[in-house]
Amino acid sequence: MAPTGGFYGQVFPFKERKAMSPMSEDRVTIRVDRMSKSYPGAKAPAVDQISFEVRSGEVLGFVGPNGAGKTTTMKILTSYLAPSGGRAEVCGFDVYEQSLEARKKIGYLPEDTPLYKGMTVYEYLEWVGHMRQLPTGTLRARIRQVAEQCAIAHRMGNLIGELSKGYRQRVGLAQAILHQPEVLILDEPTSGLDPNQIIEIRNVIKEFGRQKTVIFSTHILPEVQVTCTRVLAISDGKIVADAAPQELSRWLDKKRGMELVVELGGAVAEGRAAIEKVPGVQVVRPLSASEGGAAGMTGETPSRFLIATEVGTDPRGELSRAATQAGATLIELSSHTALEDVFRALTQSSVGGSAHA
Amino acid sequence: MRNIASIARREFAAYFYSPIAYVFIVVFLLISGYMFFTQLLLNNQADMRPLFGLAPLLFCFFGPFITMRLFAEEKAQGTLEMLFALPVTDWQVVVGKFAAAMGLVAVMLGLTLPYAVFVGSRGSLDMGPVIGGYLGLFLMAGGYVAVGIMASAWTKEQIVAAIMGFFICFVLFLADKVLSVVPPVLAPVLQAISFDHHFQSISRGVIDTRDLLYYVSLIGICTLIAETSLESRRWR
Repeated sequence: MAPTGGFYGQVFPFKERKAMSPMSEDRVTIRVDRMSKSYPGAKAPAVDQISFEVRSGEVLGFVGPNGAGKTTTMKILTSYLAPSGGRAEVCGFDVYEQSLEARKKIGYLPEDTPLYKGMTVYEYLEWVGHMRQLPTGTLRARIRQVAEQCAIAHRMGNLIGELSKGYRQRVGLAQAILHQPEVLILDEPTSGLDPNQIIEIRNVIKEFGRQKTVIFSTHILPEVQVTCTRVLAISDGKIVADAAPQELSRWLDKKRGMELVVELGGAVAEGRAAIEKVPGVQVVRPLSASEGGAAGMTGETPSRFLIATEVGTDPRGELSRAATQAGATLIELSSHTALEDVFRALTQSSVGGSAHA
Repeated sequence: MRNIASIARREFAAYFYSPIAYVFIVVFLLISGYMFFTQLLLNNQADMRPLFGLAPLLFCFFGPFITMRLFAEEKAQGTLEMLFALPVTDWQVVVGKFAAAMGLVAVMLGLTLPYAVFVGSRGSLDMGPVIGGYLGLFLMAGGYVAVGIMASAWTKEQIVAAIMGFFICFVLFLADKVLSVVPPVLAPVLQAISFDHHFQSISRGVIDTRDLLYYVSLIGICTLIAETSLESRRWR
């Protein structure tokens, strides 16, 4: 396999991307060019010659296993670390050579939300505003705005150290967007939050990403599906996929055949028999209880099935026709391909790739 | 400049978020007050010299201890990464933190002023040496603080920073105490790097350019090393 990594040695996809939001002016805000970073003493580079561009109006989900190089990439973009090779630009400013200018364009929230615990929320935001050189009048208005946006207006007088994890996260987000940066970089902004808090943070990200650029890393793949306009998967310091979230599952379907879930009603047994005969269908098995089916449960006839199809076929139309003709009713027919599967396929193939390289 | 002031103000306030600053101030006042009043009661001598004489040793402890958290704490808590995501240079951060520590030193020294007032009320107090002594003290404390900041920039363990800083300060303090046991060739060198030696004339109210130069260059070198240590994360 080619040492460039990725599934079958390729980064998916090669075709051009269009800007997701028609409102955006389509400016390139982040340009990373063959950027590498090796830590002293480490055998393999943490980031290995990666290149990508991000435009305004894009919300880029940065996914990959732990230690894949996500955080390192973010630290380089925020000028905390310098690239060992290649270069990175934010709004046209080199993050190493013109780091102060680049940093002015970025709002950043590192992993685990490190904030000064002894300050109140208001004091902290005010301090960040001073450091960002916001004029006093603007600063007051901005603090009011971000407090409302992040729903922390009623916590402004509290010490940061006394806030719950969810509120601390919102304060971290508030300081990151205080100066209305062109680029927002968030390292695992939703880890450790409850579902409601995740949705709130997600809304702020989406709102912000409409005109600006957002890059955020996450382990939670369904989150990528709802929040991002684009996914960048990284493994062993290399980019293994760069696509819209929907494209990724379609890609895996093409590579290994589709996995479909079918739920039948009425004449289930006849329906199943008919389905098994449809060309392209390889395996039909009842879903177990943990998968949302009833296989193995006493007194229940399994009605939900998992179907694996041959590579390159899409027998969905045939399936529904066959089931109906056999006297069964088709209650559900959906794709079972989760982003997790895509992710596993991408990262495992890359591990195989580097073993051969 | 605005950045330096913002950092210094925040750091200075941070000393008072926790009891540390109060503990330092109280302990410092207790020790210096003890030295001052024993002299007064035993020898019936109202004099600032015991205080000034002891200060180099006192600041061996206090310098590194008030500076230990400045970088080590930020590294341990991850806030340093956040700080450097703001548009500040490493220099501004070092200078701002140095200024904050010197602010605390100024508070500590300022609180010993009642001693001077007391001495003045008891007899004739020569203002020259007292003012010179305080300025010298402040400058000397600056040297210790700079050493402490340098040590704090090396590690994320506050206590390690304090001990390293103390060790360096103590070596500089002891340098001219061992003159009788070292070869005579080394004596001038040891004197030249000694904290105490350079403070002797200042404590008598004599301001010598060489002593000023010593402390200023010590501050310069240590803050430069601190800045370089921070900068090293971005070495390619």
